[in-house]
Amino acid sequence: MIPSRHMARHSQTEAIQQAIEVQELAPPSSGLLSSLRHWRHWRHWRQRALIPYLFLLPFLLLFSFFILVPLLYALWTSFFIERLIGGTTFVGLQNYQEVLHDGNFWEGVRNVLLLLFTQVPLMLGLALGLALLLDSQIVRFKTIFRLGYFLPYAIPSVIGALLWGYLYSAHIGPFAQLAELLHWPPPPFLTAAGLLPSIANILTWQWTGYNMVILYAALQAIPPELYDAARVDGASGWEIARHIKIPLIAPAIVLTVVFSIIGTLQLFNEPQIMTAIVPNLIQDHYTPNLYAYNLAFTNQQYNYAAAVSFVLGAVVFVFSYVFMLVTYRRGQR
Amino acid sequence: MARIGSLPAGGSVAATRQISARTVGRRSGWTLRGLVLLFLVLMLVYFVIPLFWLVVSATKTNDELFSTFGLWFAPDFHLLENLHDVFTYDNGIFVTWLTNSAYYAVVSALGASLIATLAGYTFAKLSFPGRELVFAIILGSIMVPNTALAIPTYLLLSKVGLVNTPLAIILPSLVTPFGVYLMRVYAEQALPDDLLDAARVDGASEWRIFWSIALRLLAPGFVTVLLLTFVGTWNNFFLPLVVTNNPAYYPLTVGLANWNQLSQAFSGSRILYTLVITGSLISVIPLMIGFLFLQRYWQGGLTFGSLRS
Repeated sequence: MIPSRHMARHSQTEAIQQAIEVQELAPPSSGLLSSLRHWRHWRHWRQRALIPYLFLLPFLLLFSFFILVPLLYALWTSFFIERLIGGTTFVGLQNYQEVLHDGNFWEGVRNVLLLLFTQVPLMLGLALGLALLLDSQIVRFKTIFRLGYFLPYAIPSVIGALLWGYLYSAHIGPFAQLAELLHWPPPPFLTAAGLLPSIANILTWQWTGYNMVILYAALQAIPPELYDAARVDGASGWEIARHIKIPLIAPAIVLTVVFSIIGTLQLFNEPQIMTAIVPNLIQDHYTPNLYAYNLAFTNQQYNYAAAVSFVLGAVVFVFSYVFMLVTYRRGQR
Repeated sequence: MARIGSLPAGGSVAATRQISARTVGRRSGWTLRGLVLLFLVLMLVYFVIPLFWLVVSATKTNDELFSTFGLWFAPDFHLLENLHDVFTYDNGIFVTWLTNSAYYAVVSALGASLIATLAGYTFAKLSFPGRELVFAIILGSIMVPNTALAIPTYLLLSKVGLVNTPLAIILPSLVTPFGVYLMRVYAEQALPDDLLDAARVDGASEWRIFWSIALRLLAPGFVTVLLLTFVGTWNNFFLPLVVTNNPAYYPLTVGLANWNQLSQAFSGSRILYTLVITGSLISVIPLMIGFLFLQRYWQGGLTFGSLRS
């Protein structure tokens, strides 16, 4: 039914088209049909492409000016070096070669990878646990807990870092004060060994609630009928969580992991604030992002900084991509 | 529960067994519940105590910060003096930062959410050549490190003379790829195609369909993107740090980080400690109030962002 009608319409248009072509071969005196065709063509084109792209124009313009152009510009500058004498010269991939052999860069990468493999699983595990508990039937006062856990997200990460900087302080921090009361040595928060765990704690404090809300929202979106049957069969809350809820919110979990990978590898604010508090502990290359910032704005090495940023971007891409690939493969199996 | 209760008193063996199993389950359930509640309360303390410390410390003098226990109030109350100091220090520069933050955040949030709504609607409801490719490029940009962008943005802005102007912070904040993604997902769910087609048959222009039909139905998503961008701009540190070096254009985050740096560098002039602490408290309050009252929206936003894989 449908194909035949379609074919009929098709042959009809063909006939019209042939007629138009015949008309076109005819002397220019009969321009009416041709202009009609133009009009229809234009209208069609306007509907199909012009209007959508007009609607997208504000976004695409800003997107080009503030994402694409800066990116291309940075890529372009990363192929040059600037010398005090001799000016700017094209060096091809030399900056990239240098980054790949730059111990400072890889030290920063090592720090953020350490966080990625320790802090992120801890934080997301905690977020998932809290979300499941708040979604379960055994907890009351859910709203208070949910709001309380989410509160740190409302705090600018700079203020969060400042705040914990004071809490960690050996002079005015309450932990050090408590330790003194008990005649213990002050906790080693702001020492060479304690610094990374201290930063990990700030990140966990700030972002657990955010991730929890994403996961909790996904849990709330599951229709309860899906586990009513399991409950009637006597499945425990834990079994339902393990075998029904977690698989169903897998896309949300993947989302939180990818966001965490991107955020952690680009870590900047916390170490930057810590630099002011413990200047001798945080080197200018503590994280790759901090390194790029200091290269650009302290040393004015814009070209090299651009190359560092691009290598970091590649690292971020590889980790997010590999993670998504692995989870996708698993989902397929 | 109700089903078991409705069984006759001398019910089957199976039913009795079920009931006794339930009672046992309930008893161990109580200890489990207690443990869970304890855990949740401990976590609540962990998340809230730094804020409690902030409130307490904002009521203390510099000396009291050192001499009294951090998690409880000092005998005398200095909040008003501290507030006065914060608002008058350095000719009231804090007020400038506060207004800057509000100005940047309001303008960016309104502009960004309008632009993102229009774009998200277009991706969701109009089909056009290149749609998926353009969308993929936009989504991919979420992975770009912010330094990779901030440094060249600074260089480009300085070439056109926009560094140290409000535009240097507002214009880049208008671009929210994630907002476009959210609005696309939301528009796909919230706007029935039939409705739009009916309007088309009635002869409404595409713009009119968007402006007077779609926008109204997309309002909840719009507010969510508005909130997320507002928070994002209010909390932003890296971009303003890079594109401004004149304190008159700092937002709160950069200003307070600056005070912190000064207070650490010249530990002799310790007055800055109370300034940073009280200033931090003030900068946190508007967002906390917003979050408490507009819960529905940010939670909605995070939900529909996570539904699609």
